[in-house]
Parts: sequence; C-alpha cells; structure tokens
Amino acid sequence: MNTLDRKLGFLSSLPLTVVLLASFLAPMVVVALFSIMPAKVFSLANMPDFSAYSVFFSQGYYKSLLWSLGMALASTAILLLVCWPLAYGMAKVFGRFTLVLTIAVVMSLFVSENIRLFGWVLTLMKGGLIEGHFRAFTGVGFESPLYGVGIIVFGLVYVYLPFMLFPLAQGIAMVPDDTRQAAYDLGATRWQVLWQIEVPLAAPGIVVGSLLSFVLAAGALAESKILGGQAVIAIADDIETAFTFGQNWPLGSALSMILIVIIGGLALFGVSKVDLDAIMGRKR
Amino acid sequence: MSGQALLRLEGIVKKFGDFTALDGIDLDINEGEFFTIVGPSGSGKSTLIRLLVGMDDVTSGEIRLNGARIDQTPANLRPTCMVFQSLALFPHMSVGQNIEFPLKLRKEDPAARRTRALELLDLLRLPRDYYDKRISQCSGGERQRVALARALAFDPEILFFDEPLSALDYRLRKTLEKELKDLHARTGKTFVYITHSLEEAMVMSDRIAIMKDGRFEQIAVADEIYGQPVSRFVAEFMGEVNLFALDTGTDGTLSSDILSIREGARLSAVTPGASGLLMVRPEYVRFAETGESYDFTLSGKLHGEYALGSRIQYELETPAGMVTVEKLREDRLSAREGDDIAIGFNADVTHFIGDTP
Repeated sequence: MNTLDRKLGFLSSLPLTVVLLASFLAPMVVVALFSIMPAKVFSLANMPDFSAYSVFFSQGYYKSLLWSLGMALASTAILLLVCWPLAYGMAKVFGRFTLVLTIAVVMSLFVSENIRLFGWVLTLMKGGLIEGHFRAFTGVGFESPLYGVGIIVFGLVYVYLPFMLFPLAQGIAMVPDDTRQAAYDLGATRWQVLWQIEVPLAAPGIVVGSLLSFVLAAGALAESKILGGQAVIAIADDIETAFTFGQNWPLGSALSMILIVIIGGLALFGVSKVDLDAIMGRKR
Repeated sequence: MSGQALLRLEGIVKKFGDFTALDGIDLDINEGEFFTIVGPSGSGKSTLIRLLVGMDDVTSGEIRLNGARIDQTPANLRPTCMVFQSLALFPHMSVGQNIEFPLKLRKEDPAARRTRALELLDLLRLPRDYYDKRISQCSGGERQRVALARALAFDPEILFFDEPLSALDYRLRKTLEKELKDLHARTGKTFVYITHSLEEAMVMSDRIAIMKDGRFEQIAVADEIYGQPVSRFVAEFMGEVNLFALDTGTDGTLSSDILSIREGARLSAVTPGASGLLMVRPEYVRFAETGESYDFTLSGKLHGEYALGSRIQYELETPAGMVTVEKLREDRLSAREGDDIAIGFNADVTHFIGDTP
C-alpha cells in the first residue's frame, strides 16, 4: 500500500520532472559539452579538447572575470550599507509609508533596465541634464562622471537595489523587538545591539540579499556597456561577443562554465554557512 | 521608615498625545522587597514598568534610585533590568552565551563568565550541561529559568518582571510562582513584578499595588488588600465578593433594604452616618440552620453549584442579586437547585467600603 502511494507520487510528478530537466538541465549540459569542443565548431560531434579553457588564460579573459567579480563585490558591499537603514525603516519604522516605498521600488522594475540606464546617461553626460544646466547658469562646465569603473558600480547598485532591499527588510523584520530591547536593557550600546543581536538574527536576509545582488551583478552586462562605455569589459560581455561576433561557441561556453562554477560554488557556500534553520530557532 | 526607599517615584505622569496613561504615581519600594503591581489590561502597569526600566520617557515626575535621579538615564546605563513577557532570549546564542551576555558586555574574562553562568544554572536548578544547549532545545519552564539567570547575571539593583509567567500552562505557572518567591528569598534582590493575575500576586508578593486608570487604588500587603479593600474596584478585582448597600445612622445603627439586620448589630471602625457597601467574601458566608442567629441574614434560591477542586461554590439568587458562597468540599450542602436557602454572616467577617464623596 505504502509503496503504491510512493509510486503514484513519483508517477504523477514525472511529466513536470521531465519538463524541468529538459528546460533547465539540458541547456547546461549542451553548454558544458560545447565548452570542451575545439575552437569555432558548431557541432558536438568533434574530438573534445580543452583549448577554449586555455584561451581563457592566454588571451586575458580572466581580467574580465576579475573585473566583473570585483565590481559585483563592491556593489554588493555598497548595497548592504545603503539598504540596511532603508530596510530597517521599512521593517520597523515607516509603517504605512513602507507600502509606498515598496510600490515605488517595484515600479522601477517595470521599466526596462537598458532604458533606465540610458536615462542616467542623458542625465550625467557632458551637456546632459545636470552638466548642461549647470553650464548654462554658471558658464563653467565639468567633466562627465560617465565611462569609468565608478559609474559602472553605481549602475549595478542602482539596478540591483530591490534585490538587496526586500530580502534585507524581511531579515530585519525577523528580529524580535524584545530581543533588541532586552540587549539594550542588559547594558548593550547601540553598536553592540547591531552587531550582536540584529546582524546575526537578520543573517538569512543578509545572505539571501547579498547572494542575489552579487550573482546578478557578476553576470551583468548593460551597466558596463551603457554607463561604462566599455571602460572595462565585463565577463558577460565577453561571453556575448564570443557567441555572436566571434562565432566561437566553444569559447563562449567555456567562459560561461567558469562563471557558473564560481557563482554556483559561492552561492552553495553562502547558503551552507548560514544555518537558516538554527537562526530561525527551529530544530533540525 | 528606616532609611530611604530604594526606588522612589514622585508624581509620575505619562501622556500619549491626549491620553493620560499614568496620572500622578507616587510610590516607594524598599530594598529586598517583592513588590507586585496588579491591574487589568489598560490600567497603565506596562507603561509604568517601561518607564521604570528606561524604555520610555516620563512626561513629568521623578524616578529616584538610592536617592539619585534616573528618569533621564537611558536603559542601558540603568542598574536595573527586566524579564520580558516574551522572555526575549537570544535564539542565535546557546544557554550559556545568553546568561553571559551582560558579563560579556562588561568585558569580563571568559573563565570568570563561565564560572558565574554555571553558578547561576545551579541557582536556578538547571543541569550544568544546559550551558551548551540551544534555546530552541529548552522547554517553556527552562527558558523561564534561563531568562532569570541572564537577568541575575546582570546583577541589577532591581529586577523587573513583565508578566513572564502569563504564557505558561497552569501547573507550570504554579510551580514557577513558588520558585520565584523562593529565589527572591535566596538572592535577597528587590523584585518588582507586574501581572494581571491576582493569584500570582497573592502567592509571591510582600506588598501589592492595585492599579486602575493610571493610578494606584490601594497599596498594601496581600491580606489587607483581600480583606480590607478601599474600593469596590479593588474588592471585585481581588476575587469573588458579595457587596450589599448599607447605611449607618448617626447613632451607629445599621439599615439596609436587602439584609435583615440583628437588633444591636454594629460595625466597628465605621464613621457613624456613612453609607456605602458591606463586603463579605464567599468563604465567610454561612448557610443559616434554623435556630442559628447572625448579624446579617438573607434568603434566596439556590441557582447553581460549581466544583472548584477542594471547594464548592454556590450561587444564590436573592433580592440583592447573585450571592456567592464557598464551602470546603467536606462541608458540601445537600440541597437542590431551586431550594430556598437562608444565609448569614457576622459583622466581624465583613468589611465596610464607604462611599467616596
């Protein structure tokens, strides 16, 4: 009886399992297989070699990867600092205004990322909204902040803000007010309450928000292209070029595999480090 | 009074907008006392304790601890601490880390901290191997003890309690009430306890303050509050009670529309000419056998009989409304619902609550 139930469960989940495997796993497998093909082939029916991976080092693609990871790290760190007070306000202080803020932030997601970034270009470029007005009124111009690493990081922070803000607010909402007050009552300073009570108890939100924004920023492409004017090349840019102009699928696949392994490893590490259950006070 | 009160409140007022939550509270709490503040929800007792701990500011008035003003001192600098209703244990720390938290903030060295934490586990009768347990592995009663240990590790001048037992089941609550009283005796600390439960207050406290609408109605030892309440509110709040309107003449004679009064019956300690309420607790009311005579008598119909464990409660329908009588189980009455029953009681078991002009 029991075994029949189990079999029925398996059988009824089978169609969906097949769809999921086909749509998620199959493309990954194809990419993984292409990554070990010789350069510039369009078929998997070739003798595998690992030439694409050696190109990663010999032709300097690792620099793009390091730039992408570095900028993702910087933007994640900045997002944590910027979003903490905002998320704290949303979770504990703002009350009804939280809804307004939530809607405002979500609304920004309705506009395509590229269009929003071009908006920033028009705002920040020489002769644009800010510098143009400033020059018209004062007669003195200044250089545009566009086309540098700094503005790319700014773009990443701007675009991925919601992905940090909402998980963080959720995390902070999980910190009971009483524990904060109790720590304060027992003699803790504001900083001690923050580091010893709020940060550890909000850790699931911090981890989820950081992972989301880091993973998205590491694979981001538009910010470096539109705001950065390709001052530095992002790894995602290299991957796109390899698949399109370069007509080199094995190279594009190899670069993708490297990014996937690094980000996937990081995500698994992050999630395993934070014992979500223990923090929530649940027994294993 | 020998020396100064440990904690002195003078004219404490707390307003939230137009609403006055605390309306001029004066109170002295003595060193080593177990003082309980009882009141229904909304009476202002939680507001008061938040002011005392420092989680809210007074609108006006002074709080003095050992003579020094503390009402402007933030909570983390006050030498007092509180056991929360929710206990507010830190779920990401072990039992030991929770207890050591205040010591760690004072940068005491780890070995000394550990020693103190283990002593406190002993004091609270928790096994020492609980030191490494997670909070989530502890039962309700054990958490209660951990919260107490953490507060005691802080070594406060006064330990405040905000209804910490209210979430527990009846039996555990009874056990912990006694343990808390015992702990108070062993530590010699000053405990200030807030509750809405009369029973809790009666079991544990040296003195009880009854709170209503942001003021104290009465502050006294438990027996006095129970036996000689100053107002109808206190009388009714402190358990079952029977109240009868009563007038006294200028010569001390008593008259009532409801009760039959024996010729010559007098109430001592009542100003002649006063009118008010005559109070008698249900356990002092007697079923009047024929031939017995009481200062006050009344008859009615038996309305219901309720078993309260060791005691039986009877409700009688009388011209004065429902009258409650309690008997020990062994003195159970053999009567049926609807039977006519006469009750009586003497002046010495009553208390007169004069009308406040």
